[in-house]
Amino acid sequence: MSDLEQFRGEVRSWLEKNCPPEMRRPSLNEDDVCWGGRKPSFQSDAQRVWLERMGERGWTVPEWPKQYGGGGLTREEAKVLREEMARLHCRAALTSFGIWMLGPALLKYGSEAQKRKYLPEIARGEIRWCQGYSEPNAGSDLASLQTKAEDKADHFLVNGQKIWTSYADRADWIFCLVRTDFAAKKHEGISFLLFDMASPGVSTTPISLISGKSPFCQTFFHDVKVPKGNLVGERNKGWEIAKYLLTHERESIGAFGITQIGRSLGELAAETVGHDDGVLADPLLRAKIAEFEVDGWCFLLSMQRAADMAKAGQGSGAYSSVLKYYGAELNKRRHELMMDGGGSDALEWEGARSHDGKAAREWLRSKANSIEGGTSEIQLNIIAKRLLGLPGA
Amino acid sequence: MPLVLSDEQQMLRESARGYLAEQAPVAHLRKLRDERDDTGFSRALWRGFAEMGWAGVLIAEEFGGVGLGHVEAGVLLEEMGRTLAPSPFLSTAVVAASAIGLAGSAQHKAQHLPRIAAGELVAALAIDEGAKHKPSRIALAAARHANGFRLNGTKTFVIDGHVADLLIVAARTAGGIEDKQGVTLFLVDAKTPGLARERTIMVDSRNAARLAFENVDVTADAVLGEVDEGAPWLERVLSIGRAGLAAELVGAGSEAFDRTVSYLKERRQFGRAIGEFQALQHRVAQVYDDLEMARSAVLKALQTMDENLDGAGPIASVAKAKAGQAAKLASQEAVQMHGGMGMTDELDIGLFMKRIRVAQELFGDVQFHADRLARMRGY
Repeated sequence: MSDLEQFRGEVRSWLEKNCPPEMRRPSLNEDDVCWGGRKPSFQSDAQRVWLERMGERGWTVPEWPKQYGGGGLTREEAKVLREEMARLHCRAALTSFGIWMLGPALLKYGSEAQKRKYLPEIARGEIRWCQGYSEPNAGSDLASLQTKAEDKADHFLVNGQKIWTSYADRADWIFCLVRTDFAAKKHEGISFLLFDMASPGVSTTPISLISGKSPFCQTFFHDVKVPKGNLVGERNKGWEIAKYLLTHERESIGAFGITQIGRSLGELAAETVGHDDGVLADPLLRAKIAEFEVDGWCFLLSMQRAADMAKAGQGSGAYSSVLKYYGAELNKRRHELMMDGGGSDALEWEGARSHDGKAAREWLRSKANSIEGGTSEIQLNIIAKRLLGLPGA
Repeated sequence: MPLVLSDEQQMLRESARGYLAEQAPVAHLRKLRDERDDTGFSRALWRGFAEMGWAGVLIAEEFGGVGLGHVEAGVLLEEMGRTLAPSPFLSTAVVAASAIGLAGSAQHKAQHLPRIAAGELVAALAIDEGAKHKPSRIALAAARHANGFRLNGTKTFVIDGHVADLLIVAARTAGGIEDKQGVTLFLVDAKTPGLARERTIMVDSRNAARLAFENVDVTADAVLGEVDEGAPWLERVLSIGRAGLAAELVGAGSEAFDRTVSYLKERRQFGRAIGEFQALQHRVAQVYDDLEMARSAVLKALQTMDENLDGAGPIASVAKAKAGQAAKLASQEAVQMHGGMGMTDELDIGLFMKRIRVAQELFGDVQFHADRLARMRGY
């Protein structure tokens, strides 16, 4: 038996013993997901136990080094873990911006002290992070951001405003882009700061979206004092970190398109439009669904190929824009088709029958996929300029 | 298996690219077309392919081949797509060699495979009977006669059928024309009395044939596989052909695309390179995305053929559908973005659009494969 197969056996028996039965079913809704944090709102004991056990092993972040709270697994071992979790239908023990976004950036740019302090907290789900990037006047043109951090000898003094800060009202800490040099060119005066959301001068207000309640907030900073040691990387070199982190964000938003594929669109539509001689009774809808499935299949394979290319040293950072663009557009198409297939059932907004308008709300929410993390148009700009080398305007 | 080419496969790509650039650039196709060549491809080039080992890429070493896999055959097809190199590679080295290698008797293999590998035998698959690919409907009749069978009926869009020495014919030996059961594959010598063939020069300047069988008698030895049990073999062979064509489509689409991106950097209007215009930038970026998606599916389909041919039907359809769609888009945008020049015969871009149109039609177009997948998925 190879080492990997032995590892698979160990993982399997550990999961069977340690994953509570309740955690082997899909989440019921957005609230039934474990985000951790200082004041975690566990939906059940099972959720708490599952996080503790996985956090203990570092398997919430299987590929991070052990000294920073990770599992220290190789890429192949992490794949085995994912496969075995999928086999038992184990859900993720922890959903976290710390894992997806800040962690990879700290591993690359953080000081040793920062890695030792922040990464284990992320791995165990003890601190919940939010991302302070966009501002009311800095969206696609993110580098024009105006939130300022003034050097006051022993601390930075932060003033300004962020928008679209997901879960800012529930987060413990923020990783935030701030301007530290107003005289420099816009990309060269930005720094990457970490600070506690409980600091005096921080306040948030939630934003309602077309889909209803949302995790998005506006976040305001008024004379917030941030210790100097909370600067990640060099001062005025924060844009490089921001770009690196956006690459990770793009990959996770791109992946969004595929994580929810459960019942096929064809089955779903069959319930409302019926079958005719063994095929969907609506031929035009059927054709659109079939084309969508071809593209969906190709997208899944492209995610795999991108990972394999990166591993083989053939990757390019800009390639994440290919996946982000395609995945976001694909997910929007999927929700349009779900609405087409669902008919008036999918239009119900309230009540138990529609799970409080789940289909309609998810359809509306999917429209943001091609806006958040860099719009589809920005991704196409990146592909045109960085992958195809077309001249910039 | 990682979804990337191995070092050896990349080396094969480099050597194929170098060889084709020298021996069969697009100008080679243009010359054959302009000279109204009788064969439609160069026998000398085909012998060259045999010397390179390409004609025997999928043929086992014991039969004179090099015994490589479908990924390697796909790498070659992609490169042939880039220069539009005309040859019987797909019909003979990929489709016919697979059919005989998979379903043939020991005698069939010994008789035909070494000659294919040596570039001495051209073979063609005769499957379609109407203008649209529909392998589930086979009407050409093969009735038992004397010690063998007597064939009557017609075939169309038989690639390289005009010069093929050997034809692989899907015929009906039992049941109704739409029945899965009752299809038999026959190996038919092209010189058999009663077989008439008409060369059809296609829009891509390559060649196919319409075949008419009138009391064409073959012996029982001509049966490839088992009588009435040809459909599963046909299915496998078509999957191989589809994945190969998808690879060629990605090659042709990528070359048309690369030439377009270069043109956008050179061509100046309004005092600047037209590639500066966002209206064009976004469209080429979208084409790039579609080609990348197709490339992933094609590689996966080729790898699946090598690992588990019987399970490769769905992914071959995904690859053929996506490659057809992406390459068509790439060629259409290529003509548009080259402006008036894109419409001229002088520029090669139009030749790419023509070849892509034919390759995406062969063995099932985008709609055929999307429909096929939908049926497999139960809707």
